Amino acid sequence: MALYSEKVMDHFRNPRNVGVIENADGVGEVGNAKCGDIMKMYLKIENDVIVDVKFETFGCGSAIASSSMATELIKGKPVCEAMQLTNKAVAEALDGLPDYKMHCSVLAEEAIRNALDDYYTKHPEKRKD
Amino acid sequence: MRIYADNAATTAMSPAAVAAMTPYLTEQYGNPSSLYALGQRAREAIESARETVARCIGASAREITFTSGGSEADNQAILTAVQIGAKAGKRHIVSDAIEHHAVLHTLQKLQGQGFEVTLLPVHENGIVRPEELKAALRDDTCLVTIMYANNEIGTIQPIREIGAICRERGALFHTDAVQAVGHIPVDATADQFDLLSASAHKFHGPKGVGFLYARRGVRLTNLIEGGAQERGRRAGTENVPGIVAAATALEEAVLNRAANAEKLTALRDRLIAGLSDIPHAALNGDARMRLPSNVNFCFEGIEGESLLLLLDDRGVMASSGSACTSGSLDPSHVLLAIGRAHDVAHGSLRLTLGDDATEEQVDYIIAAVRDVVAYLRGFSPVWRDLCAGKLPHIL
Repeated sequence: MALYSEKVMDHFRNPRNVGVIENADGVGEVGNAKCGDIMKMYLKIENDVIVDVKFETFGCGSAIASSSMATELIKGKPVCEAMQLTNKAVAEALDGLPDYKMHCSVLAEEAIRNALDDYYTKHPEKRKD
Repeated sequence: MRIYADNAATTAMSPAAVAAMTPYLTEQYGNPSSLYALGQRAREAIESARETVARCIGASAREITFTSGGSEADNQAILTAVQIGAKAGKRHIVSDAIEHHAVLHTLQKLQGQGFEVTLLPVHENGIVRPEELKAALRDDTCLVTIMYANNEIGTIQPIREIGAICRERGALFHTDAVQAVGHIPVDATADQFDLLSASAHKFHGPKGVGFLYARRGVRLTNLIEGGAQERGRRAGTENVPGIVAAATALEEAVLNRAANAEKLTALRDRLIAGLSDIPHAALNGDARMRLPSNVNFCFEGIEGESLLLLLDDRGVMASSGSACTSGSLDPSHVLLAIGRAHDVAHGSLRLTLGDDATEEQVDYIIAAVRDVVAYLRGFSPVWRDLCAGKLPHIL
């Protein structure tokens, strides 16, 4: 059996939404280089919808694949829906991750959550709760 | 192109070794302890293999014990030395920070049993300083265990000097020579080690077989109790095919050693020169005192596992000291011991060339690494911060 699923390898080899959004509405960064994983997410939000998302990742194959999949899962979605994204959903969409790589999906969830928090900090009027 | 550049992990079996072992997997299946001819032919094969192995390292046959591999030999060598030491009230061990886990974990276990362990630093070049060993030795030092050559960064230790110092001070000296035997000259007389561990699959022999050299007079402690195989020092029916193949492979490796080393050293230096052209990259370990086949680099701003996966896509098989490749959170203890920061230790790449490597392959590897490093840096937030001056470059 290979280390990673075909889905993971596909997103690792051909990561979706790679890059930077200048003047993003929300930016989130998690992890640290000491531990070997850093993810940075950039969101463009219009009318409470994530119209664009980009990421940059320093990390292993599953960290890159998790970032890519997470961006796919929230792109075009309303902000309130993106807030519900879980690491489990990211891992499932990738057809699973090895146990010791599950933290990569957690980082992806946290990076998106951080970016959304940043958006709400910049736009407190948008926060509905 | 498919290039196997992970020969420190394991090597392809020598066809001569496969041919030598085949009869013992098929018609010559006798147990060496049996008295009929079928058994005795297996016994003769083992004893002939022992002679060959001994000759290859300047030892005598009685000093060679076959084991299941390098880790078992390391364990047995260390436990033997501390048992001898403990009888004389000596409970201090000297080793170094970049040993293989087969040694380090055994020493940790002994620390829990009341032995004291001093780990020598290896400095930036990954080499133990004999004067520091001298200073660390005590009257109650029973064992010095220092590897011949390092498995990750390929550095070669001053074994001859270390052996002389240990001999003078009356401490047993064990060397884990798993990466050295068959690749660089190893000689039991000139080097003055008392115990040496080796593994067949690192010199084109099969997996699951290795040997322990113990100088005459050093009585081995058994790890495995049972029958009287290996002169009562290692119980269990002998791995006849493995032992035969190990000897054939070693003989061949030693015969071709000088020519291979000369060729590989030139290829290694070509590879080092090519990878050095990548910005913010650095060679790990000493440039000269290193195995002919070993190249190990750190690249800033990238992580090793993704580098390995993409190199594999391009046909280059290599390894890394990144935490992600080991399943632990910490990167290689060897890279940390030579002073690499965690951040860059995660971005390490080890390439260990095979005897059949060519200039064309080396140039292909250089181009592949250069491309993949640039690609990964292209979306690395760490690299972005380094380039923007938000983080200081360390390499």
